[in-house]
Amino acid sequence: MTTEQQSALNGHAPPATAAPAAGTEVAVAIDDVTKVFGRGSSRLVALDGVSLSVAPGEFVCLIGASGCGKSTLLSLVAGLEEPTAGTVSTGGRRVAFMFQEPALFPWLTAVQNVELPLRANGVGRPERRRRALELLDSVHLSGFAGKRPHELSGGMRQRVALARALAQDADVLLMDEPFGALDAMTRDLLHELLEGIWRRQGFSVLFVTHEVREAVRLGDRVVLLSSRPGRVLEEFDVHGERPRGLESGDTVQRALEIKARLNEEVMRHVS
Amino acid sequence: MSAETEDAAALAGLDNLEQDTQVKTRPSAGEIGARIWRSAWPKLLAIVLAVAIWEIVYLLNLKPHVVLPGPFQVFPNLWDQLNHTQLWKAIGLTLRQAVEGFALALIVGTVVGLVVARVPPVRAAVGSLITGLQTIPSVVWIPFAIILFGNNSTAILFMVIITAAPSIANGLIAGVDLTPPLLLRAGKTMGLRRFELYRSLVLPAALPSFVSGLKQGWAFAWHGLLAGELLVIVPNLASIGVLLVSDQDQTDMTGVIAIMIVILVLGVLVDVLFNTLNESLRRRRGLAQAPSTAKGWRLATGIAR
Ligand SMILES: Nc1ncnc2c1ncn2[C@@H]1O[C@H](COP(=O)(O)OP(=O)(O)OP(=O)(O)O)[C@@H](O)[C@H]1O
Ligand SMILES: [Mg+2]
Repeated sequence: MTTEQQSALNGHAPPATAAPAAGTEVAVAIDDVTKVFGRGSSRLVALDGVSLSVAPGEFVCLIGASGCGKSTLLSLVAGLEEPTAGTVSTGGRRVAFMFQEPALFPWLTAVQNVELPLRANGVGRPERRRRALELLDSVHLSGFAGKRPHELSGGMRQRVALARALAQDADVLLMDEPFGALDAMTRDLLHELLEGIWRRQGFSVLFVTHEVREAVRLGDRVVLLSSRPGRVLEEFDVHGERPRGLESGDTVQRALEIKARLNEEVMRHVS
Repeated sequence: MSAETEDAAALAGLDNLEQDTQVKTRPSAGEIGARIWRSAWPKLLAIVLAVAIWEIVYLLNLKPHVVLPGPFQVFPNLWDQLNHTQLWKAIGLTLRQAVEGFALALIVGTVVGLVVARVPPVRAAVGSLITGLQTIPSVVWIPFAIILFGNNSTAILFMVIITAAPSIANGLIAGVDLTPPLLLRAGKTMGLRRFELYRSLVLPAALPSFVSGLKQGWAFAWHGLLAGELLVIVPNLASIGVLLVSDQDQTDMTGVIAIMIVILVLGVLVDVLFNTLNESLRRRRGLAQAPSTAKGWRLATGIAR
């Protein structure tokens, strides 16, 4: 093991440091949250005492095995579900959500889809159209404003969904495996696109993925959740220059370490 | 070139690759003609076959010719009636009653459907009642309608409304219930609330199901209307049903069959109307079934434009 790898390993932040120092501003504060679905024999503890905070402008990636409660955690932050115990707070910040599926309204054109959150925020019609077209341009889709979702490719739909999420002008962007269904090349390009917009606008991102490499590529911090019940197992600080290549030696190396830890967790469940 | 513009170019390249495969050409007049012919000839063939079988049965002399006339008696009779105003007036009257009744049923069904879909206690109370109403055969309402309104056109209007409204309400309720949960989640995180959520998401999502309800409601209304016209005798109003009854009274089977053909054609035409509406809705949402050939696909989308 080289000294560089060694130092990367030492870069692990123990879970205890998850809570921010007093006085530090926090965009998302998840405090000792438990979420239980169902009752009786079908009772399922999806999350058990999860604490996590996201600083303003921070890009946090959440990884963990399938079914460990990542999507549930995002739903809690978005206010779509209520925690069984504990608190989730965004301090009144606006929260936008981007799902694994584009979830576009099929009867609306691309630009009309992007206009929706603007309309919900009471933006007037001409201004709405102007902003929506601007947002479509920022995801390089200005030529497709008049197309309906079914006329677009999966990658384009996901870009429209990104534009729609950005239209909410949110302080916190929740993303649930947004690029999971895309081919490698489109995904690479969308990583750079997202990173560029995030760096310019400075919102916080809570990004769920089960691709460790994607997490290392994008995140300032990678949070590893354990399975059944979901708990924060470990957090990894990912320093380093941006943009990082998905295939760069550094990314691959870090991903390997985290993957090893993830495998350990999965194997624990096998036995 | 900066990294970012390079990415934009790469994305544009991918987008173009994707879109190139969907080049759409406007169909020429000849292509449209060919398309119409393709969809028309099986139907023409079916009509020719049906008429041929009818003529064969007629020639077999199974029944006296007065009781079972052949196509060569019926079609000239129909042609003759089409050249006189009486039949056209009857068609006009019947269609007017149908449209008026259906419009009222549309209002009643939509309001009831919305209330039932929105208000849980109302749903619990009358939700299954609506489905129950749908199972009542339309003629069963006739004594009720005659006693309530008398032998007049209000009774007939009532027949149309009571038979059509439950289907329309049910279509709307089903549509509201079937709003995709993912879209609901998306709508909520986007800040759509209450009225806005309904206007922007729930109602548009319910539209295809609503249109199916309309179509079914129309079919029931048509049944209810003709049952009404046959059995509720309104003086001085010669509707299609009344013509049919008077032909029956004169044992004029040729006339009866001619009027039945008119009823069939009217029903089919309205059905085509609803299907076209339904189809264009589905196509706008990318739900239309892909035609089997790439060429058919291009034609279909070209025409939709
Ligand atoms: N509404 C619900 N009712 C009951 N159980 C639920 C509900 N939502 C989620 N669960 C359960 O909670 C657990 C966590 O689900 P969740 O969708 O959060 O997992 P995930 O980490 O996002 O998984 P994946 O990586 O496959 O998307 C699962 O076991 C799931 O079955
Ligand atoms: Mg999930």
